Amino acid sequence: MAAVTIARLTIREAARRKLLLALAILTVIVIGLTGWGFQHLTTLTNPDGSRIAAGELRLAVSQVLVLVEFMFSGVLALSAVVVASPAISSELESGVALSMLARPVSRYQVVLGKWLGLAALIAIYVAATTTLELLVVDATTGYVPPGPVGLGLYLIGEGIVIMSLALLISTRLSGMTAGVISLVLFFLAWIGGIAGAIGEVFSSAAISNAGTISQLLLPTDALWRGSVYELEPVLYRAVLGATTERAGNPFFVQSPPSVAYLIWAACWVVLIVGLTVWSLHRREV
Amino acid sequence: MQTLELTKHYGASVALSGLTMVVPRGEVFGFLGPNGSGKTTAVKLLLGLNRPTGGEAWVLGHPAGDRQTRSRVGYLPELFRYQGWLSAAEVLGLHCRLAGIARAEWRAQIAGALSTVGLTGHADAKVETFSKGMQQRLGLGVALLGNPELVILDEPTSALDPVGRADTRTIIRRLRDRGCAVFLNSHLLGEVEQICDRAAVVADGRVLAIGRLDELLGSGGVRVRLTGLTDVGRASLARRGTLAEHEGWFVVNGVDADAVPDLVAELVASGARVYAVEPVRQTLEERFLSLVEAEQARWQR
Repeated sequence: MAAVTIARLTIREAARRKLLLALAILTVIVIGLTGWGFQHLTTLTNPDGSRIAAGELRLAVSQVLVLVEFMFSGVLALSAVVVASPAISSELESGVALSMLARPVSRYQVVLGKWLGLAALIAIYVAATTTLELLVVDATTGYVPPGPVGLGLYLIGEGIVIMSLALLISTRLSGMTAGVISLVLFFLAWIGGIAGAIGEVFSSAAISNAGTISQLLLPTDALWRGSVYELEPVLYRAVLGATTERAGNPFFVQSPPSVAYLIWAACWVVLIVGLTVWSLHRREV
Repeated sequence: MQTLELTKHYGASVALSGLTMVVPRGEVFGFLGPNGSGKTTAVKLLLGLNRPTGGEAWVLGHPAGDRQTRSRVGYLPELFRYQGWLSAAEVLGLHCRLAGIARAEWRAQIAGALSTVGLTGHADAKVETFSKGMQQRLGLGVALLGNPELVILDEPTSALDPVGRADTRTIIRRLRDRGCAVFLNSHLLGEVEQICDRAAVVADGRVLAIGRLDELLGSGGVRVRLTGLTDVGRASLARRGTLAEHEGWFVVNGVDADAVPDLVAELVASGARVYAVEPVRQTLEERFLSLVEAEQARWQR
């Protein structure tokens, strides 16, 4: 009950502080601009003036869509970190937490409430932006990626992973420090994922293992790669997957994360939330 | 509330050193001490917000920090801050939920708290637009939700003007009248003197004195303005307490109030001309300073 109250409070704060409004306005602007861009893609011609082939257009649209979703995933990760990093620390520093923690509320309920509220915000953002963007792409180019639902779920997973990490750090360090640490780790994981892909193509066990370890330590990049997989046309995967040109291409994925990996990612989140509860429980206020 | 050798260390720093005291139900209890004496630390331990390094504490018959007991306790922190983007009524609504108050009572509880602390006209105003004094009033309202059996107020009037302070004293007296214990953590000694039944003086995390206010302040004395004091008259004064002269007054500390008429009669019989007789009482501030200075001197030795 208290966790639900705190989750609702977290969502209400995002609305009252105009975070949702700002994201909604910016999303509409970005989707409008990308819609204009996709519309122009359909008018591309070959040097001889003939229209480009349908297959080529499909490939171009899918590639640009991966880039657009990459931008959305970046905005999602940054926003999740910015909102989650001070979620607990600022309330401890300002004294807001004192009167709440003196109520008959367990600290695990506070953590769970914050986490649920932030996870709901991430889900709302991803569902809204992904649905709108895909509808615009479909309306302007007729292209629908093979896994729109999977795309959304992977992005939500990525957002929840980085948010959970920021929330954990927020129990011990200031919002500013928690934010910086979370973002550095997020980008390290991204680079680690690219290194792993390069190592795989060139059969370098050391580099490949480094990539795997980074994906196990922070599952953001692997989940992002899952969303890329859901965006790629099937033929494109088959053709590019047979060559070495894909090496180090962060916008190409040969295969989705395994079920075992997805289970690990879920366990990772549970573990981090558990650590957050433990950390806040031990924290002096 | 009861504490036994309650101790709190932050690393090498000792915030509370063996605090032992008993606070009875239904009393207004003043908890006094200089800055850094461990008052807020003690409050946080009593509420279970922090863990003691040693010792024990019980609140309303349960170990300090017991979750169910916290629903019977109201608390106004020293560093009060509420969600600025909520209205006053919404903050109170949030605390009704967190305190586990039945939904049917929320409306009456919120209206009652707003009315008690004089914020009815600001129920829908955002807390971020409130002055510090109004926020402190709101904090007091939050502490009153759910008809608590114990209210812990940590410096409740630090941001209030004289009217707000008088209102707070009235609220505290009403709480006592309905049987609610009030634990008042303050260094505004004049206020404590006005409303507290009992008080403890702490310094360096230890209780220096505890008891009813009249016990703490001692039996007081009397000062006499007179002329023609003879040796016999002086002996009469000295026999009843400690005699001192101050700005033309003869001050007798420790004299029993019932002995004053006889003393005056003896002075007049001895030939003195008595112009004025006034009771003298040590203020809480004087008593507090003497206790704290004695403690500091003890440490310096």
